[in-house]
Amino acid sequence: MLRDITIGQYYPADSIIHKLDPRVKLFGTVIFIISLFVFDGLPGFLLITAFMAFFIRLSKVPFSFMVRGLKAVVMLVLIASVFNLFLSPGEELVSFWKLTITDTGLKNAIFMTIRMVYLILGTSVMTLTTTPNELTDGLEKALGPLTKIHVPVHEIAMMMSIALRFVPILIEETDKIMKAQMARGADFESGNLLKKAKNMVPLLVPLFVSAFRRANDLALAMEARCYNGGEGRTKMKPLVYAKRDGVAYVVLMGYLVLLVAVNSLL
Amino acid sequence: MSLVLKDITYRYSQETAYEKTALDHVNLEIHDGEFIGIIGHTGSGKSTLVQHLNGLLKATEGVMEYNGENIYQEKYDLKSLRTQVGMVFQYPEHQLFEATVMEDVCFGPKNQGLTKEEQLERAKEALKSVGLKEKYYEQSPFELSGGQKRRAAIAGVLAMKPSVLILDEPTAGLDPKGRDEILDLIKGMHEKMGITVILVSHSMEDVAEYVDRIIVMDNGSVLYDDVPREVFRHYEKLEEIGLAAPQVTYLMQDLKTAGFEVDCNATTIEEAKAEILKLC
Repeated sequence: MLRDITIGQYYPADSIIHKLDPRVKLFGTVIFIISLFVFDGLPGFLLITAFMAFFIRLSKVPFSFMVRGLKAVVMLVLIASVFNLFLSPGEELVSFWKLTITDTGLKNAIFMTIRMVYLILGTSVMTLTTTPNELTDGLEKALGPLTKIHVPVHEIAMMMSIALRFVPILIEETDKIMKAQMARGADFESGNLLKKAKNMVPLLVPLFVSAFRRANDLALAMEARCYNGGEGRTKMKPLVYAKRDGVAYVVLMGYLVLLVAVNSLL
Repeated sequence: MSLVLKDITYRYSQETAYEKTALDHVNLEIHDGEFIGIIGHTGSGKSTLVQHLNGLLKATEGVMEYNGENIYQEKYDLKSLRTQVGMVFQYPEHQLFEATVMEDVCFGPKNQGLTKEEQLERAKEALKSVGLKEKYYEQSPFELSGGQKRRAAIAGVLAMKPSVLILDEPTAGLDPKGRDEILDLIKGMHEKMGITVILVSHSMEDVAEYVDRIIVMDNGSVLYDDVPREVFRHYEKLEEIGLAAPQVTYLMQDLKTAGFEVDCNATTIEEAKAEILKLC
């Protein structure tokens, strides 16, 4: 049951996107998100679609697998577009009961839906092709200069990778405890909201206990290996830019220039 | 009165990149009053198999029957099945949550809908049968030692008075003394209360002495299903799949190759001792 959560999961495959330096992918994702909110009108939309389709294709991750991640946000997208549809000012198109649809409302709703769906798809290209470890490594390196102004970049990256590492463990643990309590006749499904919340106690208490136990074990294990922060720590696999990363940066800059041009000229 | 598995197949994460067949057309029959050991290497499907026995996992294909009734039919009372087929998970002490040991053991009976008095009576009986002293009853379960916690957790399942008891690696992480105590306790329950016991383990040594039937799992299917001495005959095959026969089997084999007239069927230390003494 809980095993089937796919959002933010890594999809192992052998593609050029998988091999790219995580910094490039982080930068590219930021560029992509910005471009989503800059574009306006059909030409920009076509360009973004083509750009995204190209990278999804390159990543060798099945499209059906990506779409599955959308399921989690369907409600959010629906609510956002419905509000945009009915609550925007502008020229009236259709009107029934107390609701009116305006031309700007329709346009906003369509763009909002496209933006949110693309946002999920675009960022999932990054998360599906980059392991959590690579991602935090990339983040640490990219934000490295901030240490000069006393931002604890290494600590933040370490906390992030530990948190990410523990997500599957805690999911598995939840599954296990749930089963153990169900074997003792616990019921997690029926009853009203209050009863349901009360029924969660046999699940949450052991889960917290085990989370603390694991945290304690991990801290001990880290100390036993003389971990004392990022100062002077070297990496087994340091991040080094390859030629393909340079090419990717050029492609990204080209995309940005093209988008701005399309937006201002057309 | 028995558990029957017909052609059970189970796949994890179906239709994703991580799909994996954990059970592959398993056929089994478990009769009342048996003491069974299920053995297999890590990932052989033994834990998945036992989770089917009380309906925690639903087979992708196949049918499971309890007392002649298909448990996958609509409106089958799975909750009642789970109280009749009790299941003690790996590291059961991780499921403890109540403020006192007594309350925790009452959790199962409470879910069965028993009255307060009945719950307490069941809990006391269960705690006594696992040998936990009365002074611990009102303590927090988190203050007990590892072995005591495990006893308390096993009592939590026993308090539901199951007629079948499944234990998934009940001795994992215990010292040799704790291991023997838990196994003797299980054996005692089997003999005194007549309940069917299914013991999941990856150690032949553990189960050889206790069970009267061994089911060896390999790669999601049943490899052997027989009395211990017959299973241990295949010790070479067992080694191939990452298991081993008990030390005694190897000793007897060595003695035989060295030219002594011994019976290689001895499976316990006692039997081996008798065999060796015959030589004198």
